[in-house]
Amino acid sequence: MIDSKIYGEHVTAWCPGCGNHDVLLALKDALARQDLEPHRFAVVSGIGQAAKIVHYVRGNGFNGLHGRALPPAQALKLVNPELKVVVESGDGCSYGEGGNHLLAAIRRNLDITLIVHNNQIYGLTKGQASPTTMTGHVTKNNPLGVFDQPFNPVAVAVAMRASFVARSFSGFKEHAAATIVAAMQHKGFSLVDMHSPCISFNKVNTFAWYKSRCKEVSHDPANWDEAMKTAMVFGEEIPIGVIYREQRPSKETLLPQCRDGAMYRRPVDMDKVAAHMLSYA
Amino acid sequence: MREELHLILGGEAGQGLDTVAGLLGKAVVRSGRHLLTVQHVMSRVRGGHNNFRMRLASRPVQGPPDTFDLLAAMSRESVDLHRERLAEGAVILVDGGWDMAPEPGLIGVPFAELAARPVFRNVALMGVLGAMLGIEADILRELVADNFRAKGDQIVSSNLDVLAASMRWAADNTPSLPLPGEGDSVTRLAMDGNQALVLGALAAGVRFCGYYPMSPATSIAEGLAQVAVDMGVVVEQAEDEIAAANMALGASFGGARSIVPTSGGGFALMTEAVSLAGVMEMPVVFAVAQRPGPATGLATRTEQADLELVLRAGHGEFHRAILAPADVADCFHLTHKAFDLAEKSQGPVFILSDQYLASAVRSVEPFDLGSLPSVAEPDLSDADPDGYHRYDWSAPVSPRRIPGHGKSLVLADCHEHDEQGHIIEAADIRVRMQDKRLAKMDVLQAEVLPPVFTGEDESDLLLVGWGSSGEVLREVAGILQGRGVKAASLCFTQVWPLAPETFLQRLHAAECVVAVEGNSTAQFARLLRETTGFHIANSVLRYDGRALTAGYVLERLAPILEAL
Ligand SMILES: Cc1ncc(C[n+]2csc(CCOP(=O)(O)OP(=O)(O)O)c2C)c(N)n1
Ligand code: SF4
Repeated sequence: MIDSKIYGEHVTAWCPGCGNHDVLLALKDALARQDLEPHRFAVVSGIGQAAKIVHYVRGNGFNGLHGRALPPAQALKLVNPELKVVVESGDGCSYGEGGNHLLAAIRRNLDITLIVHNNQIYGLTKGQASPTTMTGHVTKNNPLGVFDQPFNPVAVAVAMRASFVARSFSGFKEHAAATIVAAMQHKGFSLVDMHSPCISFNKVNTFAWYKSRCKEVSHDPANWDEAMKTAMVFGEEIPIGVIYREQRPSKETLLPQCRDGAMYRRPVDMDKVAAHMLSYA
Repeated sequence: MREELHLILGGEAGQGLDTVAGLLGKAVVRSGRHLLTVQHVMSRVRGGHNNFRMRLASRPVQGPPDTFDLLAAMSRESVDLHRERLAEGAVILVDGGWDMAPEPGLIGVPFAELAARPVFRNVALMGVLGAMLGIEADILRELVADNFRAKGDQIVSSNLDVLAASMRWAADNTPSLPLPGEGDSVTRLAMDGNQALVLGALAAGVRFCGYYPMSPATSIAEGLAQVAVDMGVVVEQAEDEIAAANMALGASFGGARSIVPTSGGGFALMTEAVSLAGVMEMPVVFAVAQRPGPATGLATRTEQADLELVLRAGHGEFHRAILAPADVADCFHLTHKAFDLAEKSQGPVFILSDQYLASAVRSVEPFDLGSLPSVAEPDLSDADPDGYHRYDWSAPVSPRRIPGHGKSLVLADCHEHDEQGHIIEAADIRVRMQDKRLAKMDVLQAEVLPPVFTGEDESDLLLVGWGSSGEVLREVAGILQGRGVKAASLCFTQVWPLAPETFLQRLHAAECVVAVEGNSTAQFARLLRETTGFHIANSVLRYDGRALTAGYVLERLAPILEAL
């Protein structure tokens, strides 16, 4: 195992005590446990507090637009299957603005890992409701409390048979790191719904709130019916761990043109271009 | 014998007219003649009225035809719709079973006898037309056999029988309309603008195409998808245009040359990624095939009205280049150049074409692949990886390295950032970074394509156009010169940036300047005025969804010419 110091020590722009600090530690720990040198992976993100993590890990990074972390990450994996690709984002970024991309990413099943720092609130824009904010939660923009039903990412992912679905809590450091390792080791699309408190704007879903509710799952993650049942549980009890896992080939392994590794190294075959051109004669 | 022949094939969508037009066009080109086929299709899969307009000639042709020497009507409606456009002595082919009043030039083809089943009718029509045009039977047979090969020997031989019977019938019952032959056999290609664009991208080493279907750009992605495995390209149909464009940037980050084909409505959604390419300094090629808007407009028709959208797309200030191919050969060469320019300037480059150019099939010389300039490469050195900074600001264009290639770490960022790519808010760094990006204009300026001028230096009438309107202008100028008018044309194949020193003199030297564009507000004339101060007061504009033709332009130039 390499030393996680190799991923650098950066001054962050996060509030002291924010759950993102723990996710960062868990990520570095997970990378180190897999012996991943900085040039062998890329962290891709969108916008939000969580998404800033790209700037706090020594490695390759692509910090794109709000909600748009998954599209570039998937394309990167397609054109360079040799790179490990990790996507980090917030619940607003991945479940709100980028919701459609999440559904498509589950269907594509490329070998990438999406870690959603789910603080059930918009952090960077200072406290508006996010898709996972619970009904009744009073926020700045919902003085009467949120009326909408919360989005259940785990249930949706299991329903779509995403090939790896897990939930974790950043407050449980070992659990968080081990879950990220398992997700990254899974060949195919993996989602880690990582609950990570926003101490400044979410006074409901606090460290203590999660700590008393998060319980390791006990069902067989290969059993879809059990997984679906577990996925529907969220509230007084929050099941954490691998909720659903299924082995099926990831898309980049199915595409013949992706099998020779990074595409940028391929020279242009002008003879083939010529043959293609002459097919129009 | 005529030098040129204009054909129109009309009928309903779903009747297979596109197959006839495609195969016949290929046969014409294989027999050494020149070709232009323009399609007018409705936005529906069956029914309605479609037509294919073919201009066949023994010498190169430019714009779409205005009048026709032969109408092949596969639906009765077609006869009435196109009658007004028929030339003196035109032949009209109809179905012999329609029971139409006889008239000069009207010929009833006994489709019921020649084609046992309706599915064979398009091959029967091809046989009749092929025989009338004097195309060698072997060429037609080969094309029909190739076209149906996948369906099995039985289908091939039935179609060949229909073809032979139809040719025999035509030899006895129709006038012949042959074109002068080419003599020696020349190899030419029959392809449309999008197919040439695909070839240009392949020749430039395209590795990724992100798209969401939208006419008339879809065939670019489809063309790439057909050869994707063989040529080593990933073609991803994204969940929406936003994803398609953001994917292209991710692929480009990974070192893959990337293209995003779309049309105005789809491009509108992509503007966030254009801006992202600007700040990330990411090479990417957008191929925008215009169709009429606003919004969904006319889905299958043509227009040149998205210049201002493409010019301004994206928030914040950054540079871009916009190439506007005038013909099929330009679609190839300018696409190849677009990839080079995108890499050299590390930013977005646009190919702005339109439905007419995208789908009109032309005869074109094979492209000289051997003499193509090489496309600029990213920096694959990995020298001093620890000292590597993606946005090193000692030059406007920093060395771009590829993640995973060597130990250099690459950070691409959408925020304002420092040299390493980390978020900053410091005023001085912001200014320096913005200045660095803006300085890339010099890179673009050094490569600007000057407009193509034809005619005499001191003209009475100078026609100014861009993109696909360019070739119609050349044709119009030629016709006017033949009538003794001192006419000239100035055709822009790059619409941004502009290099006024390459054309401003021409504008000043002409007695009268007329802008000819496929939009309703003369967008390019406005851009010229904004850039050079030169005001083009006269314009001929077309925005009915149809391509500009010489006839259309000449008619509208008449009052201007009278006033000269
Ligand atoms: C296109 C776009 N829309 C809106 C914003 C403003 N914005 C920045 S972060 C954010 C939400 C952040 O919430 P979340 O994704 O949950 O991340 P967190 O900050 O809580 O980690 C929004 C709406 C933006 N930057 N871009
Ligand atoms: S606002 Fe919330 S999410 Fe953002 S850094 Fe502070 S605690 Fe973390």
